[in-house]
Parts: sequence; structure tokens; C-alpha cells
Amino acid sequence: MSDAVLTIENLSVALPSWADRPLAVDSVSLEVLRKEILCVVGESGSGKSVMAKSILRLLPAPHVRVAGGRIMYEGKDLLTLPPDDIRAVRGGRIAMIFQEPMVSLNPLMTIGRQTDEIIAVHTRMRTPERRKRIIEVFRDVRLPEPERILRSYPHELSGGQRQRVMIAMALALEPSLIIADEPTTALDVTTQAQILRLLKELQDRHGTAILFITHDFGVVAEIADRVAVMHRGKLVEQERVGDVLLRPRHQYTRALIAAVPSLTPRRVAHGSPSQSAGPLLLSVSGVAKTYPARGGQFSLSRRRVSAVAGVSLEIAKGRSLALVGESGSGKSTLARCIVGLERADHGAILLEGSDIAGLSRAELRPYRKALQMIFQDPFASLNPRWCVADIIAQGPIVNGTPRKTALGEAAELLRLVGLDPKAAARYPHEFSGGQRQRICIARALAVKPKLIIADEPVSALDVSVQKQVLDLLDELRTSFDLSMLFITHDLRVAAHVCEEVAVMKDGLIVERGATTDIFAMPRHEYTKALLAAVPGREWQQNVS
Amino acid sequence: MQGFWQRFLGNPRVTLSLLWLGFIVAVAAAAPLLAPTSPFAIVSKPFSPPFGEFLLGTDSLGRSLLAGLIHGARTSLLIAIIATLAAVAFGTLIGSVAGFYGGIIDDVLMRLSEFFQTIPSFIFAIVLVAILAPSAYSLVIAIATVSWPPIARVVRGEVISIKSREFVQAAIVVGQRDMAILVGQVLPNALSPLIVTGSLLVANAILIESALSFLGLGAPDLMSWGFQIGAGRAFLRDAWWLVTVPGVAILLTVLAINLVGEGLNDALNPRLRDL
Repeated sequence: MSDAVLTIENLSVALPSWADRPLAVDSVSLEVLRKEILCVVGESGSGKSVMAKSILRLLPAPHVRVAGGRIMYEGKDLLTLPPDDIRAVRGGRIAMIFQEPMVSLNPLMTIGRQTDEIIAVHTRMRTPERRKRIIEVFRDVRLPEPERILRSYPHELSGGQRQRVMIAMALALEPSLIIADEPTTALDVTTQAQILRLLKELQDRHGTAILFITHDFGVVAEIADRVAVMHRGKLVEQERVGDVLLRPRHQYTRALIAAVPSLTPRRVAHGSPSQSAGPLLLSVSGVAKTYPARGGQFSLSRRRVSAVAGVSLEIAKGRSLALVGESGSGKSTLARCIVGLERADHGAILLEGSDIAGLSRAELRPYRKALQMIFQDPFASLNPRWCVADIIAQGPIVNGTPRKTALGEAAELLRLVGLDPKAAARYPHEFSGGQRQRICIARALAVKPKLIIADEPVSALDVSVQKQVLDLLDELRTSFDLSMLFITHDLRVAAHVCEEVAVMKDGLIVERGATTDIFAMPRHEYTKALLAAVPGREWQQNVS
Repeated sequence: MQGFWQRFLGNPRVTLSLLWLGFIVAVAAAAPLLAPTSPFAIVSKPFSPPFGEFLLGTDSLGRSLLAGLIHGARTSLLIAIIATLAAVAFGTLIGSVAGFYGGIIDDVLMRLSEFFQTIPSFIFAIVLVAILAPSAYSLVIAIATVSWPPIARVVRGEVISIKSREFVQAAIVVGQRDMAILVGQVLPNALSPLIVTGSLLVANAILIESALSFLGLGAPDLMSWGFQIGAGRAFLRDAWWLVTVPGVAILLTVLAINLVGEGLNDALNPRLRDL
């Protein structure tokens, strides 16, 4: 017991009356030991973030408040500490790292000043000492050229650098506990791998305890010493990491682990001869797209940034291709060019032999039926003022199907995507993220397309829901005889649904081929890096 | 939607304002019944004080102040509402086209609206009424002309933010026509700020109408509150009620509309107050 840095006893947090359940956190007890990384795992809505926020009393009062329990830290109950004392604990003794570093940093202050502020508030160090300390921690988190970073503003850094700055800020006062709330969820896979390695290494060196909140068991496998699994506000399991990963006891834990998409690549379907598939459905050649660079507000430079720099790819009928790359690699721009939301500067886009590149919106209309898109954010992609039936029937109605027939088909489609046809009369806000994505899929299918472009369709969803949606897409692909261009940053997802993979980096395709080949023998350096960065890789290989 | 009505009507300021506005609208609608004689008819000796033969007394020409007030409510409300509807319609058209198409169209339309905004609006309204000759129509035109630019700006901003949302992109991908997307997908989601701005514009329109009538630029054959104040202004020290009563009517009505507009804003954007 003496080894515990933080002890949470019977913590309950009450939600406001209009929430879906009375308690966000329901009598949770756990302890974070010295020098360990405790991962708290759960889906969104499981109460893990609320639990973490209540430690530093950051709950949005008065609606969400602690209903009972104690949080013991250094012999004191944090929940009853006077405001001045809790301020000294925040940042000083317990530091917190948030999910989105861009939002957590003040855009109008240089990185140096923001870091300096934290040290100045909590210590009596003088300016030169503080500066020395800042440079020291920046070195510690492996930020290149600390002197330059000091003078930069948050927008001048990359996502990974910003998160390093956040970690540096957290470390600056040598806290005994760091609470990290999904610190790598907003980052690319390779950056995520670096940050995870950094956290682990820092924790080894400084012996800081880390309470790490995540929804991804891959991440857990990478860094955790112990794991606590939360489900609907309750703690269902708390064990050493090896036990949970290899012998999960609670069925919820088992379900969560089973939902992690495996790295085992998908075979070419039905043993059909590998490359000589059907006729080409989509053929993209030499597509390029540049945007005017955003200089300073008054800059006169006409520099242009190249998003897609001459990409060619083909998709045969009935095939699915995964376009994998990190944010900024141009994969979404390419998709938007193909589907006609952007106009490519150069190149040809042949859909069943006819070039659709450069057509205006009106000219594209006849081709729309063959080509549909599923968007990333299921919360933004459904019009909140339309009922589900109208949303799904919209496409057929626009294309001339009588309204009544279209609404009938919509009900049928709802059944196909695994929703109750009665849902047709309801509005999008009544559905969860996964259900909304099912509605989006139904909308895309409504016009009976030949090709579906799915732009990160599961990256906004919980891991457990991801798998269901991916399986649905897979199933519909065969029953509707669809081809798919599947855009994702997650190689595990790509492996799950596509027989072919194209890896994109800086606007170019660096490697493409059958998923099995690429996973077995990646040739390009970047592909190798991507594969190596997949969280929980070793654990999965051990399991399988 | 139930939550909206609860939030909206649960606000005591809104309830009181709505009661007052309901009363004014009822009076305006029933004006010919409540005061069957023309408000311009001379019914008694001039300057008879309130609570005598006539409830609110008579003005310098012996016209009943109450009858004028009742018919004035009709004029003020009608002109203000019609002018606001015209301004909202025009402003929405300009704003949504500018926001949806962007580029040169946006530039041209927004420079146009700025041109209107740079001219002091009341002076502009005076000039318009003077050119068009005072009448109910020219009042509506003048008020609408000076009121549409803020609407256009609000709508443009909303349209720009909504058109980048994925459901609009999905509608494009499905092949909906631009106008159908604008009317069916984008504008319904821009409704709440539009309703709030529009309701506040009604109050503003009443003020402009009263001020124009006060200056004698109102519709000559229609009694209005501003006209009553203008006519009673010279006798402020002898017959204070001639100015005060219509003044208070304007004050309360404008205040009530503003409070309702504010209440609408709070009820339509509940998060602003909760957090």
C-alpha cells in the first residue's frame, strides 16, 4: 500500500439529470503505484476521462460533480483540498497531458513563454535558471533545436512536436504523477509510436508514475505495466498487463481485445487469379493538385503547396484498394478529386473508360450514381434537420426515382446495414456514432454505386464499433458487388478489409501491391516504418 | 423541440414580453372595432386631459389620443414587419449566394452590402423617403433598404461554415443541384441566427418608422406613434401626455421585441448559457 502514489477509493461522479445514466463513474477504486504506467481502458462514454479529470478537480461544475469517495494523494484527500492547495498540486505535483495539443496550447504565446509560465507560477526560480530548465526538459523530450522551439508559436510545430512540448511542460516540475488523457489518439501512427517510446523511456529515467487513458489495446500492449478496464462507469478488471492481454477474465475485456483489428493481412478473395481480375473500373493517372500556400496574412508570395503530386492507381471491378498514409500525405485530397469535390490540376480520372477529371458539378451529375463516398465524421455528415429516411432516399430521388419507391428502398437499406427499419422516421441525433456511420453507408448504397470511396470511415469510432462497421462494409461489398477505395491511416484497418494496399507519402504513392505481400515484405523504408509503428504489434504476433 | 419551448417560455422576461406583444398585436388587429371612427377625426375640444371624456384625452386638434394609439399600433407593426420580411428575404438571398458560391460573386455582393453599410442608415432612409415621396410603400422600401446588409452578413457567415460540413458534401456527391442543396440542406441549418437577427430587426424597424414619422416623413394618411409624438412635441409642457403615452408605447414594444429576440437566442443556443 505504501507504494501507491495515488489511491482512488470508491469514487463516484454524478451526471446531470438529462444524461443517459446517473453516474459517470460508479464507485471506482484503483491505485497508481510508484514508477508504473497504469492504463485505463474503455470505450468513449465509459467514464475514464471523467475519472481522470476528477483527480485534479477539472469537472465541468455544477452539472458534473463528485458524488462520493476519496482521492488520496500524498496523505491528503484531493477532493476536499482548499482551492489554493489544489492549484499547487495541479501542474506542480500532478501534471496532465491532453488529447489535442493544438487546443491545449495558447496560439498567441510562444512555446517558451507558455512553458516558462508554468515554472514561474510553481517555483521561485529566476529567469536564467528557468530558461536553463526549459531547454533541459526540451532536450529530455527529444525536441530538435530547443532554442528555436522556444521562440516558435504552436502552429509552427508539427502535431508530434506539440505533444512533446506538452510532455515537456508536464515534466518541467518533476511531478510524481502524470495523467495522460488519450495523448496519442490525435497523432499519426509513426508519431504515436515515437511518443509512446518517449513516455516509456522518460518514465524509466525519472520514475514518474503515469495514469494513461486510452481506448486502444494496441497502445496498452506497448506501454502499460498494469491495466484497469472501465465499462459504463464501473471498473471491471484491474490486472497486470500480461494477464489482461493474454488471459482476460471479464467478458467485456475479452470483447474489447477481440475488436482490435488484427494485423493478419487479408487474402485475395476466393482464390481468384491475383492480378488478372475483372475490367478496370477506375483508373487514375498522373493526378496532381496544388493549393495556394497560406503565408502570413499580408504576404504576397504565390507559393503553392503540392497535396497530390502525380498519382496513378487502378481499381478493378469488385476489388478493394486501401490507400494508406499519414495526415498530410494527400490521400484525402486525392479522394476528393476522384469524387469531384475538388478539381485536379492535371491528370486523368477514368471511370469505366470516360474521363471525369475537370468536369464541373453539373457535368459530373450523370456519373454520380456510379461513384459514392462515405465520410469520416458520422456526426457532421448527416443533416441534423432531416429524418433518416429522407437522408437515405435523397440520392435516388435526385436521380429520378419516385419518392415513394425511394422511401421504401430506404427502409430496406436500413435493414441491410443492421438497423431497425423503424429508425427511418427518426433524426440523426438519436443515434450513436456507429449507427450514424451505418446510415451514411446506407445513403451511399442507395444509388446503387459501383465504386465507394470511404474516407477514414471508422477513425472517428470506438475500436469495438470499428470492427462491426468494417465487417458490415466487407459483407455489403460482396452482396452489392462493389469496388472500394478505402482511405485510412491505420494499417490494421487496411489489412482487415482490402486485398490491395497503396502507401502514400508526401503526395506520391511509394509502394503498392497485394496486402499479403506488402505486410510480409515491405520494400519501401516508409512502409517498413509504418508497419513497425503499429501499436501492439508484438503482442498480436504472440497471440496469433 | 420540446426543450426549446421550455427554455423559451420558461424565461420570465420572454413571457412578459410575449404578453405585451400579444396585446399590441391584438389591439392592432382589432383597431377598426376598438376605434371605429378615423383616428384623424376631430371628436372633441383640443387638449382635454386624460381620464375625462376620452380615456387618454385629445391632442392639439381635438383628435382622440387613444384612437390614434390604437391605429398607430397597426401602422407601426405592419410597416415594421413587412419591411423586416423584405429585408430578411433580400439579405438571405444575397448572403446565401455570396456564401455558397464564394470567389468573385462573394466579393461583388459583399462590397455591395458594405456600400450600403457605410452610409449612415437613418440619413439614407430619410433620403430614400424624400426621393420616393412619403407613403407606406416608400417607408417599407426605405427601412428594408437600410436593414438588409446585417442579415446578408449573418447568412453568409453561416452558409460558409455549413457548406464545408460533410453532409453538404454528401449531397453534392449524391448529385443534388446547387439550389436544392442551398435551400434544402444549408439554409435550414442557418435558421436560428436568422430568426434572432430578424426579430431584433423588427424592433429597429419600428424605431426607424417612428423616427421618420416624427420628422413628418411618415405615411400621410396613416396615424402612427412617431407622428403622434411629432405632433405633440410643441406642447410638451402643456400637454405632456401627448408625447409620453405614444413614447412609452414605442419603448415597451421595442424593449419587448428585443427581450424576445434575446430569449430566442438563449433558447436556440442553449450551450451559450449552460457552459
